[in-house]
Formats: sequence, C-alpha cells, structure tokens
Amino acid sequence: MTQDLILSVRNLHVGFNTAKGAIEAVRGVSFDLGRERLGIVGESGSGKSQTGRAILGLTAANGHIRADRLQFHDTDLRNLSPRDWRKVRGARISMIMQDPKYSLNPVMTVGDQIIEAYREHFKVNNREAKRRAIEMLESVKIRDPELVFKSYPHEVSGGMGQRVMIAMMLIPEPELIIADEPTSALDVTVQLQVMAILDDLVRERGMALIFISHDLHLVSSFCDRVLVMYQGRVVEEIAASNLDQAQHPYTRGLLNCLPKMDGNHADLPVLARDAAWETQDLT
Amino acid sequence: MFSVLRSNRDGRKRARLFSGTGGSFIRLVFSLIITLFGLLLVTFLIGRVLPIDPVLAAVGDRAPQAVYDRVREEMGLNLPLWQQFYIYVSNILQGDFGRSVLTSRPVLDDIKRVFPATLELATVATIIGVALGIPMGVFAAVHKGKWPDHLVRIFGLVGYSMPIFWLGLMGLMIFYMKLGWVAGPGRLDAFYVDFIEPTTGLMLIDTLIEGDMDLFWNAVSHIILPASILAYFSLAYIARMTRSFMLEQLGQEYILTARVKGISETRIIWRHALGNVMVPLVTVIALSYANLLEGSVLTEIIFSWPGLGQYITNSLLKADMNAVLGGTIVVGAVFIGVNLLSDVLYRLLDPRARR
Repeated sequence: MTQDLILSVRNLHVGFNTAKGAIEAVRGVSFDLGRERLGIVGESGSGKSQTGRAILGLTAANGHIRADRLQFHDTDLRNLSPRDWRKVRGARISMIMQDPKYSLNPVMTVGDQIIEAYREHFKVNNREAKRRAIEMLESVKIRDPELVFKSYPHEVSGGMGQRVMIAMMLIPEPELIIADEPTSALDVTVQLQVMAILDDLVRERGMALIFISHDLHLVSSFCDRVLVMYQGRVVEEIAASNLDQAQHPYTRGLLNCLPKMDGNHADLPVLARDAAWETQDLT
Repeated sequence: MFSVLRSNRDGRKRARLFSGTGGSFIRLVFSLIITLFGLLLVTFLIGRVLPIDPVLAAVGDRAPQAVYDRVREEMGLNLPLWQQFYIYVSNILQGDFGRSVLTSRPVLDDIKRVFPATLELATVATIIGVALGIPMGVFAAVHKGKWPDHLVRIFGLVGYSMPIFWLGLMGLMIFYMKLGWVAGPGRLDAFYVDFIEPTTGLMLIDTLIEGDMDLFWNAVSHIILPASILAYFSLAYIARMTRSFMLEQLGQEYILTARVKGISETRIIWRHALGNVMVPLVTVIALSYANLLEGSVLTEIIFSWPGLGQYITNSLLKADMNAVLGGTIVVGAVFIGVNLLSDVLYRLLDPRARR
C-alpha cells in the first residue's frame, strides 16, 4: 500500500493568530500517503480542512505552519519560495473545493478557467488547450461540452459546476488531489454521481486522493484508509473496510450517530467527549 | 414582440413586455423618455416656484403697468399651467431654451460654447483619476496594513481635505510661475485663441483636426494642471473604493481556487480579482464623472476656464432664469446619459447582469 510513498507528514501543526488570541487548529498530525485514497473525517473545527490547505501552502495569512516533516516526493514543502510553490500547485498537487457557486470566478467563462489551469503548466497554444479542455469536460460526463465551455459559472447547475471544478483541477494531471468536502454543497442525488466521476478519474490516472469529509458513509465507500480527527489530532487510523470495528470511543460515537434503517429513531445518541482524547497520541 | 411568455430557469413562466435584445432596447428608450419627462417637469416647476418674476426681469421695475401686462401676455404667463408646460416642453424639444438676458444670445448657443470646455476638463480629469486611482487602490489592498496602504490613505486624505481653490492657486504658483512646466489659466495661450475653429469645441480634438501640433501641445499644457487638480479628488475616491472592493474580492473562494491552480499572484490580482472589482467600480467612476460634468465652479474660476459651472453660477447671480434652467436640463441630461453608459458597461463586465 505505501511501497510507493508520495506524501509524508510528521507532527504537523497549524496555528492562527486571531483577535481573540492564538488558536491551534492542527496539533501534531502525522500520516504517510502512497498511491491510495485516504479519507479524513471529523466534525467541524477538527482541523481536517486546515490539514489539506497546509499541504498546499495555502494557510491564511494570519496562520503559520510547523512540521517535523512535510515531504512530497523529493520536495520539502516546509519552506518553498512562492515561485516553487507555483510549480507544485496545480501541476503536482491540486484541490477540489467545496462549493462551485463560490469557487469559480463569476466573470470568466468555464472554458477560460479550465484553459488557464492547463496553460499555466503546459506550453501549448490556445487551440490545443481548448481541445484538451473539451476532452476533459467530456471525461467528467458533461453532455454538451462545447456549450458548457462557453458558459459562465452562474449558468450551470451545482452538480455540473462541481464536475467543471474536477475537470479544471485534474487537467494538468496532478499526482495528488485533495478533495475538501467536494459534495457537501450538492443535492444528495448528485453527490454520489459526482463522487463516482471523481473516483473513476482518480483510479484511471493513478492519482492519490485525500478525501476530506464529515460523511462517514461516503468516506468508507470511496477510500482505502480513514483518518479520524478530533480537536486537531488524529485519534484513529483504520482501513475503510474495517470502519465498523473502530476502537476509539470518538469514532464509535460518530458511527453511532448515523441513523440506521432498523434502529431506534427516537433517541439518536449524543457524542460523548473526553478531554483525554485531546492529549493522547495515536502512536 | 409584445408580451412574450418566458420561462425562467426554475421552470416558471412569466410574461414580459418587449422581450429579447430589440425589446430591451425599447425598454431602455421607454425608461429614458420617462426620466427626461420627469426632468423637464421638475425644471419647469422650479421656474414657476422661484421668487423671480420673469416679466420684471425683462421689462425692468420702472415699466408702466400696461407694458408689464402686455409682456406678461406675450410670455404666455396668463395661460393655465398645463398649457405653459406644454409650450415649455415643445420649445425645448425644438432646441429652444429661450434667450439669455445676460449674454442676449440663445441659451442653447451659450451652452454649446461652455459645455465642451467642461466636458473636456472632466474627461481628462476622470482619465487621470482612473489611471492612477485604480492601481493605487489595488496596491493599497494588496499591502493592507503595511506602509504602501498608509501612504495611499494619507495621499487620498490630503487630496480630499484640501480646499480646491487653495490647491489650484498653489498649483499655479509652483508649476506655472516657479517651474514653468505648464501653461497658465485659460484653454489656450491668448495669442493662439483666434487661430482655432471650434469644430467640436474640445480644444484637444479641434487642434488635432487642424493638424497643428504646436496648438495641440499648448492646449495640453493648459488643461493638464486644472485636470490634475480635479482628478486629485476623484482619484482619492476611486482609490479608496478600489481598495475596499479589492479586499472583499481577495477574500473570496475563487481566489483560493486560482491559487490552487498555481496561477501567478499578478494574474490573480489583475485578472481574477480586478475583473470582479470593475463591476461595482464602474458605477463609482460614472458617478464621479457625472459630478465633474456639472462643472466645478471654483476650478473654472481660478483657471479662467469658460465652463458650465461658471456659466450657471453667473446666470444664477444675475437671476437669468432661462440660462439657469437650460443649464439644469443639460446637467440632468448628462446624469441620465452617464448612468446609461454605466449600465451598459455593467452589463458588459458582469455576465450575471446580462439577460
């Protein structure tokens, strides 16, 4: 599974200086990633999104990151110059954002935004870039790619917008995709459809995927391995297929919160919390 | 082309009068007519409400009662109000704004003479204000809280709080008298004035039409100082608005998307963020342009600029009603025109506003 190591994170910390004082969003996260699909789950504020952003060096200006190791192949991500970051972002590591309503530029056509992502990393002319973009739109199963190519983001639906997003982020063929709650803003009916498209493309091209979500079902059906985060720490790491045998009380709690078909719907259990989880380490 | 059933994106049908591109043009013309009608009504009522007796202004206060009555009848002031309004509107539609008591020429001719001067000054000032104000605002936003931001803020604050007559006089003293970089008051050197045929009334264009580069550069050196001083105000305003719009846009998700794609910071700022900033900014620029088109009295007086502001002010002081009302109509029409222009630009810049 990890014979072909892509990303190695050791003791990652992400902190923010806010008006109310310093906040530690991520407190010592460590994991290794090969060519696999890794899920990160946790409740809001558990630090899962900040972990993803730190890997791309996109922590907000008032934040700072610290890690013993943040290695992507042979590149040390801890102190890259802005110029070197631009060679990594998009081309080698990319991210799919949450809501296409806000994450696509409203005054640029879909086509221009896709072409821009491609031409930033490949020296091709506009015509070739357009051909590739249309091809990419086809591969995310958009029926009329020429029409969507010319559309503005407000003219496409949420599910289609997210497919455009996938096409845009995958077109330079990065090795690692971070999907930060890619389906949370979508209707339940299109969620699976979009996830299946992403999953197919990632498999086809042999990319690694970090799938950040709070949806345990989705994560367990699309990932190989799951990290469970709580208060900025990884409390449990488990193979997705064994999720129902999770040991940690927090993971068990999360699982118990899922409504069951034959369960007692009257009393959904409340998550129990233990201050000890915030200090203990997984390893 | 009349009422068309149109289905919205959510599937609901709705009836719309005059749909399609041609229809939107008709709707535009329609709203223009209504606005202009309102403008005429307001100026007409102002003319009737003001405590200035137009008859007295024409015949003087020593005229006998019989003369006064005859003139009053000639002016149509005995007619009912609605009939007076009808005559007023039909006169104006024929380009008859009445005669100015002050210059004893038709008001329209006067306005044709003074408005181009104001138009030229305001346009050059707005171009300077936009060309400097937008980059300054962007610069300040990108370096928020650091020294470039403070520098732009102080520069803007100074521009905003200095009285314009003082700035104008200081400008003349330094750049005209001491340094001799620019020409003094007026639109051209006195020596040249008779050489130029007022084809458009815009000196910069008229001199180019005549192909006389000496005259052109003379006109440039005359307009550059008053235009820069007017521009200072709109610049300060445009820079401030650009900064705050820019900060808002830089916090949006699509900026993060662009960063994820590996786009350069320069392109993110000037293409992605500014593309969105221009949408609200175009309205700001249009309003400040319209304000300058009213004519700025102080600047015009200091620089002996024969513009609309001076003309209206002088007429007002001499109770020259026809000239004041004519000027007011022109200012109103200019506002309508500039608003229309900003509407068109808005649609061009924001695909969401096109329908």
